[in-house]
Amino acid sequence: MAKAIDFLTRTRGHGKLHWTDWFTYAYLLFGILLMFGPVVWLVMSSFKTDAELDRFPPRFLPYAAQTVELEGYSKPLPLYKVVSGELAGETVAQVRRIGLTSQVVRLDAPDQIVKIGLKDREPIERISIATENYTNLFSKFDFLRFFWNSTFITVVATVIMLIVNSMAAFALAKYKFSGRAAVMAMVIGVLMIPQTVVLVPLFIVTKELGMLDSLWGVIVPGAATPTGIFLLRQYMLTIPDEILDAARMDKASEWKIYWRIVLPLSAPAIAVLAILAIMWRWNDFLWPLIALSRSDNFTLQLALNSFQGEMTTQWSSLLAMTVLTLLPVALVFAFLQKYIATGIASTGGK
Amino acid sequence: MADLRLKNVTKSYGAVEVIKGVDLEVAHGEFCVFVGPSGCGKSTLLKMISGLESITSGDLYIGDDQVNEVAAAERGLAMVFQSYALYPHMNVRQNLSFGLENLKTPKPVIEEKINAAAKMLQIDELMDRRPRDLSGGQRQRVAIGRAVVREPRIFLFDEPLSNLDAELRVDMRSEIAQLHRQLGNTMIYVTHDQVEAMTMADKIAVLRSGLVEQYGKPLDLFNDPANIFVAGFIGSPKMNFIQGELQGNRLLLKNGESIELPEARFHLKDGAKVTLGIRPNDIAPGSDATHGLNANIKSVEQLGGDSYIYAVSDMGDNITVHRPGQVNVSVGDKLLLEVDVDTTHLFDTETGLTLRKNRTGNTSEASAQ
Repeated sequence: MAKAIDFLTRTRGHGKLHWTDWFTYAYLLFGILLMFGPVVWLVMSSFKTDAELDRFPPRFLPYAAQTVELEGYSKPLPLYKVVSGELAGETVAQVRRIGLTSQVVRLDAPDQIVKIGLKDREPIERISIATENYTNLFSKFDFLRFFWNSTFITVVATVIMLIVNSMAAFALAKYKFSGRAAVMAMVIGVLMIPQTVVLVPLFIVTKELGMLDSLWGVIVPGAATPTGIFLLRQYMLTIPDEILDAARMDKASEWKIYWRIVLPLSAPAIAVLAILAIMWRWNDFLWPLIALSRSDNFTLQLALNSFQGEMTTQWSSLLAMTVLTLLPVALVFAFLQKYIATGIASTGGK
Repeated sequence: MADLRLKNVTKSYGAVEVIKGVDLEVAHGEFCVFVGPSGCGKSTLLKMISGLESITSGDLYIGDDQVNEVAAAERGLAMVFQSYALYPHMNVRQNLSFGLENLKTPKPVIEEKINAAAKMLQIDELMDRRPRDLSGGQRQRVAIGRAVVREPRIFLFDEPLSNLDAELRVDMRSEIAQLHRQLGNTMIYVTHDQVEAMTMADKIAVLRSGLVEQYGKPLDLFNDPANIFVAGFIGSPKMNFIQGELQGNRLLLKNGESIELPEARFHLKDGAKVTLGIRPNDIAPGSDATHGLNANIKSVEQLGGDSYIYAVSDMGDNITVHRPGQVNVSVGDKLLLEVDVDTTHLFDTETGLTLRKNRTGNTSEASAQ
């Protein structure tokens, strides 16, 4: 622990701060601001009420007007502090606003309406967390449905992709067959074709297979990715052939060699691919948008999109759902990120 | 009964022929060593026996069965690889049991066999460790253990000691030899180190560029090499070679000196170009000029118990002399080296074949070129 602190607070100026230290810290702070600024802003905004979201200039913390329940009024009334005029210094509740005047009542005399100018009052506000943004997702919208759709697509597609890709990579890395170079060249060639180019053919194929507007229509087209095959193959090339030969001498079938020897030994590369696949799938928007049309089948990304109407956008719900959508990938990444580093670093050397 | 038989076995990669027709028989329980310089095809030959490489033509028999097309797994052999090829993600116990599990051996039997093998190889303390936590020698033992538990018909070793340091290599050498005595299985062992071959083998097959140059008992190969290559390969320090021409029963050297050869031992043909092969033990400082050779001493190594004299003849040939005990010579001396003509070897310079009469102990002469 002491060592860690020592490391983190190490400076070039030996005790004092050299200008490079200032520069480094400033640079790092800038980086943090750049990376985390939008995320923090998003989280903060997701707790704001619609009124607060519409406010300009925006404020960092979520504020809400303080309200009071008075006899004779069905809704809670917002509180204001009067700053000028005859009621200056008093706290009043606003009944309604008409043009540039505001009809208010004193708290001790709720039935006597007083008219004051808008500029004579200031709202009384306090920090308040609008949790209803989140609860609405569950009560008004079918959040769990979308969440399930996204999870199902992500998990199933990732598993299928890992199996298909690793089997293809195993064959391309460890078997000698005629046409291997051609197949490999094709796989790498596909890497160079942007997805948008194949969108229409892909749509037609999916439609012909009758998988349109079903979750499988999103899962199956991405079952084998050239990136995944290439990544795994390069890693599997580093597994010595002698180990496979040893397994063959040990009477292991080719399937068993794949399952018991090659897969466990490629674990770092597979972990990397798994993380990438989860992120791709979870964040995928374009293809689900094309393939899915019933809102029952919507993924989170599509549901988010549907908050944005032609005329209005439900910002409060949109922001809250964005936060919930971010969480799973962030967690997956946090738990698996160490494999990315080791997976990329340990390309072979056993 | 022969446990393993190769009949005119060849192997080609496209147009390149790496094994050019090998005939070989290994009897049951024999320890057979394939030795040769790197690139001679000895490892390829071993892999062909194991089934990991296909056979281009010829026949391979294990026991009485022709096994050319039989998969590696079905041949009932076990192999120890040069890099050990342990499964890095399994611990020692799992490494040992993997093969037995594939054979659908019942669990208690696996347990029993593993424990017996572990005890024999003294790895029972390492059973829960991963290969990366083992030293080179320990990995070697585990690799051998993995072969032993399978109880194979034939053990195949592919240069198993080449990754070990010199001291450990000597230890493991005797351990493998002891293992062979203990198990009594047929073993085939590939090495490029002729010392390993000489110390361990019942039979040695010397290979060069895809052909068996000679196949026989270690001492037969040493005492009666079939050609210059085998003569030069077997024995340490290497055999000395001196070229000359026959004149009657005399070997005429280029500088005019001559050495008298016994007609009883060699086929001598007047005018033939020949190479005289002299083991470092069969030459010594002396005075008899009829079997003598003048040389200058380049360096002397006195080890106390043994002495090595490195000399250069008048024709420029390097000559190594090995004498037991200590010698009284020094660098720069001119010396008459006397050749023991009753133990020297004589080869035809062109064909490389021996000119010796009454050859002994060559049960299987593979290279009748």
